Parts: sequence; C-alpha cells; structure tokens
Amino acid sequence: MRALYDRITALVFALGLLAAVAGSAHAGPYEDALAGFTTDSFTDTFEAIDGVVASGSPMAAQLLEALQDSRLQFSAAEKKVFIKTRDGALLDAATGEPAVGAPPADLANVRLNNRLRGALNAAIGALTLMAPDPGRRLSAAQSVFRSRDSSALPAVEKALEAETNARVKKALTEARAAIIVMSDDASPDNKIAAIAVIRDRSDQESLALMSGLPANAPPEVRAAATDAIAKIQSNLAIWRTVQNFWYGLSLGSVLLLAAIGLAITFGVMGVINMAHGEMVMLGAYTTFVVQDLIRTSFPGLFDYSLAFALPLAFIVAGAVGILIERTVIRYLYGRPLETLLATWGISLVLMQAVRAVFGPTNKEVGNPSWMSGAFDLGGILITYNRMWIIIFTGIVFVALLAMLRYTRLGLEMRAVTQNRQMAAAVGIRTARIDALTFGLGSGIAGIAGVALSQIDNVSPNLGQGYIIDSFMVVVFGGVGNLWGTLVGALTLGIANKFLEPFAGAVLAKIAILVFIILFIQKRPRGMFALKGRAIEA
Amino acid sequence: MLTSRHPLIHLLDRGAVLFLVLLGAFAIAIPVLNLLVPSGSTFHVSTYLVSLFGKYVCYGLLALSIDLIWGYVGILSLGHGAFFALGGYAMGMYLMRQIGTRGVYADPILPDFMVFLNWKELPFFWYFFDHFAYAALMVLLVPGLLAFVFGWFAFRSRVTGVYLSIITQALTYALLLAFFRNDFGFGGNNGLTDFKDILGFNVQSEATRNSLFFISCVMLAICFLICRAIVTSKFGKVLVAIRDAESRTRFLGYRVEAYKLFVFTLSACMAGIAGALYVPQVGIINPGEFAPANSIEAVIWVAVGGRGTLTGAVLGAFVVNYAKTYFTSGFLAEYWLFMLGALFIGTTLFMPRGIIGTYNHWRANRAERKDAERDGAPPLASPRAAE
Repeated sequence: MRALYDRITALVFALGLLAAVAGSAHAGPYEDALAGFTTDSFTDTFEAIDGVVASGSPMAAQLLEALQDSRLQFSAAEKKVFIKTRDGALLDAATGEPAVGAPPADLANVRLNNRLRGALNAAIGALTLMAPDPGRRLSAAQSVFRSRDSSALPAVEKALEAETNARVKKALTEARAAIIVMSDDASPDNKIAAIAVIRDRSDQESLALMSGLPANAPPEVRAAATDAIAKIQSNLAIWRTVQNFWYGLSLGSVLLLAAIGLAITFGVMGVINMAHGEMVMLGAYTTFVVQDLIRTSFPGLFDYSLAFALPLAFIVAGAVGILIERTVIRYLYGRPLETLLATWGISLVLMQAVRAVFGPTNKEVGNPSWMSGAFDLGGILITYNRMWIIIFTGIVFVALLAMLRYTRLGLEMRAVTQNRQMAAAVGIRTARIDALTFGLGSGIAGIAGVALSQIDNVSPNLGQGYIIDSFMVVVFGGVGNLWGTLVGALTLGIANKFLEPFAGAVLAKIAILVFIILFIQKRPRGMFALKGRAIEA
Repeated sequence: MLTSRHPLIHLLDRGAVLFLVLLGAFAIAIPVLNLLVPSGSTFHVSTYLVSLFGKYVCYGLLALSIDLIWGYVGILSLGHGAFFALGGYAMGMYLMRQIGTRGVYADPILPDFMVFLNWKELPFFWYFFDHFAYAALMVLLVPGLLAFVFGWFAFRSRVTGVYLSIITQALTYALLLAFFRNDFGFGGNNGLTDFKDILGFNVQSEATRNSLFFISCVMLAICFLICRAIVTSKFGKVLVAIRDAESRTRFLGYRVEAYKLFVFTLSACMAGIAGALYVPQVGIINPGEFAPANSIEAVIWVAVGGRGTLTGAVLGAFVVNYAKTYFTSGFLAEYWLFMLGALFIGTTLFMPRGIIGTYNHWRANRAERKDAERDGAPPLASPRAAE
C-alpha cells in the first residue's frame, strides 16, 4: 500500500512538473480534484486536497492557502470553486482568473475539521518543499517537523535529495527524523539514528517531540529517547542562561543610558540631580513630537524619525539642563542636600508642566520598521529594538569616553572632578565647566529618553521609574569614572534578570536594593571610587 | 550668657514656651469647639476638621523627628516616611485584630484579607497584636530596630551626605515594593483598613476622634520636650559639631557614629509614634505611605518652617499641609504640584533658614545693631549660620 502510494507520489511530482509546463488550460487531475470541494463532505474534501497536491498545478499553493484561511468558497449548484483573495475579490479556482458574472447565490465556505487541517498543513508543507524560494522551503520543512505527518515522508525524502541549501537540508533531515521517530513501521536502528538528529536540534519543540514518544516503542529506542531528553534539557538550560544574560544586558544598557548623565554631573559637581529622570522624560516627549510632525507632514520619513529626534532631544534636554544650572543650582553650590531638594522641586514642576501640555495619558511612540520585529539566535528570540538599544548605548558610551579623553572640555571636566580648587587655580573657568557638564549630562538623559521611548510607555511619570535605579547604579559604580557606571549598570541589570526566575521581579529588585545598601558599607564611595586624600569636612 | 541660668530656663526658652502654650491652647480649643459648641454655630469645628487637624499634628511630629536629625546632625533622611509607615502598620495590625468577627468574612482570628487570600492561620508576625501594649511596644521597636540596624551599618562605614540620602530613599523604596506584595502578609495593595475599635472605643465616634487628637498633641509636646532636652544639652552641642565639621569632631575624640546612631534611632521611634497616631485618625494605612515622594515632602515641611529650630518643623508641617488641603480640594488642584515644586525651589534658594529661622536671624541682627548703636561701634557682620 505504502510502496504503491510512494510510487504514485513520485509519479505525481513528475506529472506535476509536466502539467506546470503544459499549463492548466485543459481539464486535468487538478480540475478533477476541484470537484471534491463542492460536495461539502469532509471525506471528499480530504481526497480533493490530496488530489490537488498530486496534480502539481501552479494554482495548488494558492488554493490550499485559501482553504487554510477559510477563503475557499464553492457553489454546489454550479459545481464551481472560487478563491476569495485577501482584498475580497473572487477568483475562479480552476483558472486563477477573476470570476465572470455575478457570484452564485449558494456560495459557501469549504468547511474544515481538525483532521483536515492536519492534512492541509502537511499538504501545504509538501507542496512548498520544492518551492524555488529557500525561505519557503525552510518554513515548509519546519511545518512538516511540527506536523510529523507520515504521509509527507516521500515528499521530504525527495526534496532532501534535490536540496542544495545547507540550512534547508538540515531542516529537512530533522523533519524526516521526526516522521521516522513517530512512525510505527520504521526499524529501531533507524529510529535511534533519527533520535540523534532530533537531539542535536535541542529546542522546546524537539523536547516535546521526544516526550511524546509512543509508549509501545522498543526499549532501546526509549533509552535513546530518555538520553536525548536529558541532553536537550541541559542544552535548553544553557540557552536559558544565555537568554537571562541577554535580557540582563538589555536592562543594564537601559540603566546605563539613564544613569550615565547622572554619574557625570555627580562626579564633576557633587550634586545629585533629582530632576534627571525628567530630562529622560523630556527626551521621550521630544521623540513623540518629532514623530507626530513626521506622521502628519512627511509620512515617508517615518523610518528616520529617530535620527531627527536624537539631536533634538539632546538639545532640548541639554538646554533645560543648562537653564536649571544657571537659574537654580549655581546658587546652591556647597550645599548638596539643598540642591537635592531644589532639583526635586524642579522635577515636580517639569512633570506637572508636561502633564498640563500633553495630558496625563501615555503617548504612543512608534518603532521605525528597522526596530520592530525579532529574529532567532540559537535558542533565544532577539528583538530588534532591544538589540539596537544595546548597540546605541555602546556608541554613546564610547563617544562619551572619547570626549572625556580627547577633547579640551573633557580634560577640563576631569580636572574639576579631581580637584576643583586646583583646576580653578590653573585657569579653568569652573563655573562654565559646571554649566556645560550639567547640560551634557541632561542632554545624554534626553537621548536616553529617545531610546526608552521605543521600549517603555511615554508618560509624565516615565522618569520616576528610572530615577531610583539610576541612583543605585551611580552609588554602586562610584563617581568620577565612566567604567564604574558601565560595570555598575551591567552588573545590576544582569543580577536582576538572573534573580527574577527564582524570586520574581519584585523580590529580585528588593534583593538588589538590599545588596547595594550592604555593599556601600564595604565601599562607601562605590566600586570605582576616585583615589585621593580629600576628606569631607 | 545662658549658661549661668538654670538648665530648665535653657530648655524652655521663649520660643519653646510660646510653642507649648499655643499647642496646649490648640489641643484644648479644638475638642471644646467640636463637642461643646452646637453644630449650628460659626465657632463649631466639625469632626472632619478634628481628624484633619489630628493628621497635621502627626505630620508635625514626623517633621519634628526629621528636624532633629537634619537640623542638628546634618543627616538628610529621604526615607523617614518608612519609619512613619512602619509605626502606622504596627498600629493598623492592632486595629485589624480588634475587628474580630465584625469583618466581612467574620473570622474571629484572621483579618479579612487573609481569609480572602485563603490563608489558614495567622502568620507568626501577627501574633500578640491583639494586645494594645504589645502593639504600642512594636510601634517603637520596629522602626527603632530598623533604624538602628540601618544606621549601624551606614554610620560605621561613614556613609554621609547625599549617599546617605540616596540609600535611605532606596530603603523606603524597597519597603514600598515589599508591602505591595500580597504574600508579604500586610494586606498588599489595599493595606489595612475598615477599623472598628481602639481600646474598646469606636474609632468613628466623636469622643474617640477628639481624644486621639488630644493625645496626638500631648505626644507632640512630649517629643518636643525630649528634642529640646537633647539639643540644649552638652550632647546636643556635640551633635551640632558633627553637623558642622564631622571629621574635626571625630578627631577631637568623640565617637561620631554612636552619637549619630542614637539620634537616628530616637528620631525613627518618634516617626513611628507619629505613624501610629496617624492611622486610627485617617482610618487606613497602605503601602503608598512608603513612597519616596512622601518622605521628600516631609523634608520640605522642615525646610519651610526652618530647620534646626524644632518649632519651625511643626509650623512648616502645618502650613504646607494646610495649603495642600486647601489647594487640592478646589479648582486649583492642577496647580498644586507647581506650587509644591516652587516651594522646594523657592525655600532652598531664597529662604534657606525657613520661616522661624529667618525670623530668629532677623531678631538677632536687630539686637546686634541696637547693641552696636548703644556702644557707638559699627555693626559687626553677623556670623553666618552653618549650612
């Protein structure tokens, strides 16, 4: 029976190619199969699906997809089948041309049940296994792997012979292995070899496949499967670690972006800017305004909106920062605790002002196309926006480092950080450095806001959510050294994500806070404290 | 000049006496106006106002506790709301246990929220809270112990200035997150509420509310006297020395950590008392009290009134909270945060001494000028108050 079926399938493929060459103008197996859809019987539909696949008609893929999306309609009276396109037009399934005349009155969807859906998935899989596009072949192979439909085996084997693309070939091998493991008539040796293939795949799906092994399998196969499960599980554990690490890196880079400006101002001026979070918020709202303008006036530029928003956010937040420094903070030098209170007041005013202008609700900031979506890397899913934020953070960090190292302003800033009086004595205008530092720190907070607008809700409270974490980074990492901020942010981010699976998000955060409170007992000035003989009065 | 006088005169200078007299008059007048004056009269004070004033008095006590450490030792705690809330929770637990079978689920032992969460028995930390004496002890002990442990770590490793402020803020933030959790055993998001009795008296009744108000005033007076006693003693002089020149004080042989730790713990206990008195008058305690913003707001009361004056802290708490009640209830509600923000900025920029501090400063200057005129010498520059 099976051998016969195989032969028929092989024949059918050959015929299909022929038919494709000859065109579908004259009645053939495809048109015959179509009739099966018009009887509204599950058995006939089942056979019709097989028939359509066997026909090899170029219409087959389109037809089966339509069937899958319940867009395949039939008229029992006229014995005709129609494909409804996604935009609602009606095509004659036999020719692929738009249907002529008024649609038949008794038009109805071809109905499916679960058995048919399984067969349909396999049929589409088999049909696309030979598609010219490697991407389609790959997804077809994967869908066969999931369905484990033994009827697809001949098609898979045939495709495997012809396949040249290494990735698709691997997927096809796995699909074949999945079918063999689940089939009843494969030999134990074949099954064990197949298990080895699936074991090397090592993901959640192969684990499910192994766990679903029939209970009547021979003992040596079961043993191999048990081994494979253990191997897959340990593999998955490694991927989970990698994933936690990635999430931690992502959280850490966000923290770094939010904290780095704070660290600079704290390092140079010794003041804590409680309004720092609001600078982040201003940056996020700048992004919103820019996107709003682009949406209404230049929709084509939407993908570049962030490129416009970045410098603008830097300027807006930086200007507000300099304004705050010139009007409030410079009168409070030498009184850090009062600076803290005054900047808290500023943060209240800024939040309320934004609330008054933009309203208290979340504003929608869109992802440009190159920042949305995700891709698989090994066993983990990587979203583009997180990846770009990590890269962006890296760029900002390196740029700042270079600025501090190679520019005159950077040199003067370092001098003031190390010894304010001495810097003033050699002719550095410390007041100007203070204002510029504050502007720089605020500007960086602004561009952090552009990045955060891509992953967080843009609301007046945006900054409040980051401010305590940013403080923790600065306190933990120490001031006067950007590396301290980097190590502090990444450590806290990664530690948080590794604690979360055990303790839950809230307890992880509490544990981190307690840890920092204890940590600064040991190193009251953070990990990378400036060395010196200065003593506070 | 003052040292030759009796220590009691030193303790009760003119400002302190005036404060106590005003507080006493307030403590007696409000209940009298509420209970004895008929409700139709213009002089009648509604029961709502009694509780509102009671709330202000509790805030005043919180401000006093902050002034003791900020004004005299230079420790700016941005987490004092945590001690206030812990004291409040201790009292709230007592009040919850008093509800007994009158709760929605009528469980004789378990508070409603535990029945709701399907808990079968009382967690150990809720034991004995049905005894008022135990709860009262906890009101002092829990904030005190936390402050002691926290302060012991922080002061021993010489965490000072903004670093200390930031980690106190982290402390209250961590507690905020913890108390929001349902499985933490303190009612989660909703906190503790729906109280019925305190010591057998109905919490809602007029008499109880007036008594609570009066007791709050008495506690404020007692704590004020304790603070006065500390800051006018030799011990208080050392505290001020620590505020103005910590290292120098240490080099002179004083154990700075021990001084700081004692005052910090005492201050936390006072904040705990304030919280405990606050809860029965407001009728609810929830994790929102731990919010860092609350703690910072309490600091601004002290700054407005004048830090390092004690009386100023209480005055500031009254003035700011009255303004808050006034503005947030009317059409100006949207502008309240602008005003609060402006208050933070304006006070630190233009009136760093606060109301009482500025007044004292002005009087001292005037006296000096008068002295100088009498002696015929040009006025001396007044010594700048240490920041």
